[in-house]
Amino acid sequence: MKARIHVFLKDGVFDPQGNTVAGSLQSMGFKKVKGIRMGKVIDLELANETQDEARREVQKMCEQLLVNSVIESYKLEILA
Amino acid sequence: MKAGVVTFPGSNCDEDLAYALSLSGFEVSSLWHKDSPDLSEFKLVVLPGGFSYGDYLRTGAMAAVSPIMQSVKQFAGQGGLVLGICNGLQILCEAGLLPGALVRNNSLKFICKDVALNVEDTNNPWTSHLKKNDTLIYPIAHGDGRYVTDEPSYNAMKEKGQILLTYKNNPNGSAHDIAGLCNETKNVFGLMPHPERATDLRSQDGKKIWSSILNSLKEKSA
Repeated sequence: MKARIHVFLKDGVFDPQGNTVAGSLQSMGFKKVKGIRMGKVIDLELANETQDEARREVQKMCEQLLVNSVIESYKLEILA
Repeated sequence: MKAGVVTFPGSNCDEDLAYALSLSGFEVSSLWHKDSPDLSEFKLVVLPGGFSYGDYLRTGAMAAVSPIMQSVKQFAGQGGLVLGICNGLQILCEAGLLPGALVRNNSLKFICKDVALNVEDTNNPWTSHLKKNDTLIYPIAHGDGRYVTDEPSYNAMKEKGQILLTYKNNPNGSAHDIAGLCNETKNVFGLMPHPERATDLRSQDGKKIWSSILNSLKEKSA
């Protein structure tokens, strides 16, 4: 079973990387770009038997290590 | 006075710290990240600068869950003095021993230079022998030094005297210019600048922090 976690800086935490890339796109002529937030994707391969169990365990991993809730938010997908 | 300096894989200021602490009169032992010993023989435990575990995932994230940190948390819980410098501060925040978090500098650049710091509070073991609004010159060397916290937490920290050092010219975009902060009980202190690199070369302002700590410990045991 596979799981995918999308991690982003919370709204309100300045993302200089996204800001810089947005500036480049705008200067290239992509004037409709209003803003960019860049995050990261973490793919996990799991030996769990059920999706529910996998979801519960990955949530624990996010809380304990993979995500820092002070500055980041995340979205978890369980991929069959 | 016995001090322990932790070495994580990727720590690179541990030897400098041991040297600076020895010069200042501490008897220094080194501690290994994979061990989780009883630390009660120590008066001070220090987490050094560097790039622990390659700074993968987030700075300090993996060091914060390493075996030695169980001992450090227990030591801090019993009121022991814990100091984190640079990566050490990042680890203390990740471990939940200090509030807030450190993220990439606003400029996206690694900044290595001397900075001027303002002493904000002296009612604690770390800056007790300084005066409010004293200036300290310490080097910084970091890519992820921007301190982030929300306004309610900032106001609470400010009111409780937890903000000890601020930058005079904010180099990295830190919230409210914060360069060094302590916990509510004031026995855990972390700062991004490097006092151990300002102990016997150029600026010697690092000595002011070491002597504050030593004197506070002596007063406590007297």
